[in-house]
Amino acid sequence: METVEQIRDRLVARFPAAHVELITNPGPAAEHSLRLDAAHAHDLALFLRDDTALRLDYCSNVTGVDWPDKEVTDVTKTSVPDPAGGPPKIVEQKTVRHQPGCLEVVYHLYSMALKHGPVIIRLRTANRTDRVALPSLTPVWRSCDFQEREVYDLYGVVFERHPDLRRILMWDEFKDHPMRKDYVDPDDYEWEPTAHGAVLERAKAHAPAPAAPEAKP
Amino acid sequence: MSVSDLSSFTSLPGPTVRQVHDQFHGDLLEISMGPQHPSTHGVFRMVATLDGEQIVKLKPVFGYLHRNHEKIAENTTYLGSMPYTDRLDYLCSMSTNWAYALAVEKLAGQAVPDRAQYLRVIMAELTRLVNHSCLVGFLFNDLGTSFTPLLYAFREREKILDLFESLSGSRMMCNYQRFGGCRVDPSPEWLATAQKLVANFPRFLDEYERLLTGNEIMLARTQGVGRLDPAHAVSAGLTGPLLRASGVDYDIRKVDGYGFYPRFDFRVPLGAHGDTYDRYMMRILEMRESIKILAQAFKDLPAGPIMDPKAKIRGFRPKPGEAYGRLEGPKGELGFYLISDGGPNPYRYRVRPPSFVNLTLLEEMCLGHTIADSVVILGSIDIVLGEVDR
Repeated sequence: METVEQIRDRLVARFPAAHVELITNPGPAAEHSLRLDAAHAHDLALFLRDDTALRLDYCSNVTGVDWPDKEVTDVTKTSVPDPAGGPPKIVEQKTVRHQPGCLEVVYHLYSMALKHGPVIIRLRTANRTDRVALPSLTPVWRSCDFQEREVYDLYGVVFERHPDLRRILMWDEFKDHPMRKDYVDPDDYEWEPTAHGAVLERAKAHAPAPAAPEAKP
Repeated sequence: MSVSDLSSFTSLPGPTVRQVHDQFHGDLLEISMGPQHPSTHGVFRMVATLDGEQIVKLKPVFGYLHRNHEKIAENTTYLGSMPYTDRLDYLCSMSTNWAYALAVEKLAGQAVPDRAQYLRVIMAELTRLVNHSCLVGFLFNDLGTSFTPLLYAFREREKILDLFESLSGSRMMCNYQRFGGCRVDPSPEWLATAQKLVANFPRFLDEYERLLTGNEIMLARTQGVGRLDPAHAVSAGLTGPLLRASGVDYDIRKVDGYGFYPRFDFRVPLGAHGDTYDRYMMRILEMRESIKILAQAFKDLPAGPIMDPKAKIRGFRPKPGEAYGRLEGPKGELGFYLISDGGPNPYRYRVRPPSFVNLTLLEEMCLGHTIADSVVILGSIDIVLGEVDR
């Protein structure tokens, strides 16, 4: 099979407007992946499926990854010459940079016809709050159907053009997305809140304390 | 009303189950099978819309056993979730353990000694025997032969579970694999017992097939039921015996050659029709191939350590990176996707369960069949809800 670099080059040659980025995997597995831009993802996926040399007809695994917002500290070292004529001093300057988070969806593609793989592709949302839409690849590979519903359910990625985007593992009335890193358990999962014991303890952690009873005259 | 012009049909929200479409045809009836239904193999629900007795629409509903296994695993160490993987596919804990160990070993670049590789093959193939004999037993239960064939199958399964118990301490929750090897070395007596059991297993298969394979009711109920064409099966990501029953030659033991499988001589059985009967025969034929693999493994099992001496048990922290490890489980492709950020816990831990993805085409397989057939079709897919819901 072609290397990921060759696949990237062919994708860029075929779709000059698309942005395809090679993500290297530093671990021993060395499974490098391609990050596709969301606007062209559907066309790129169709190309990967139908190209005669690749024929990635089998999308094995679809999963989400949550990358929360992060504060990254950059350290820049500058050498300041000593006015007294000594050796130059090295001054460290720390700047805290805000790295915006995103939700990522990872697809593992194999070819059943040519028996090779995996080719790993990734899509990223713009942020984690309001711009979480990505194109669905279910029209390309039917196996994405349930797995994209699972990513929607547990991570909150909204797949456009998905034929049946509903919650799949959690119940329909559930509000949050439990696989996100900043997910907080509700105090109680029961329909009727039972305000005692462990539930009450958890509620106290974030609810304001009740007003103290007025002192009797 | 034919099946094809049902695209505009949507069920009303609320408690209504009947919808009158036209006065000449009669009603469509929406029924909910499950979650507490013995034929659904766990807590699984099928919302079927029936025209008479024919299924015109069917939606699987699951999640009743969801406990967010992946989140729990992200909050514990790598080794800490090894016993929990037993609970995914609780019939096949040995191969689920191996799939997880395989992914972690790929993530950390961990080697495995030869004896452990052979032991893994032995355990995985014994598990395949357990799973497939259970499946054919349950399939006959779904066909209505209440419990006799199932108990024949369970008699053999129990013998293998006894072996697992004497080796690992537990019949079903084995927790046997470790990163870089296995936990317990089997004694020569254990190996002799296992070898004898495997040598006798074809007798059970012959007996079972003589009783049931040619049975007229069985043929009438399974042949041509739930047919699946290969193009759909590939696109829907079906794997395992379900895919090979449709004639697609894809067995990860051959394709990836993980473990020591390239050293073994075995065939991959393929179906021709993709119906329920072929799926049943796939299981029987795969059990015969597993017996061949097991006989070779017992013959060639080398002496030596069962754990890589360099393997780290405590303070196991793989370098940052990611890995996707997969193997041919008894139900299909079982994969684990891990991302490490260098810490003691995985940053991302994902299970790719075969049962979950294999349910994708349940509706297509059931359309046009009766509600009684949907039970058999679901039985032939072979799902375990512990793995579907995670």
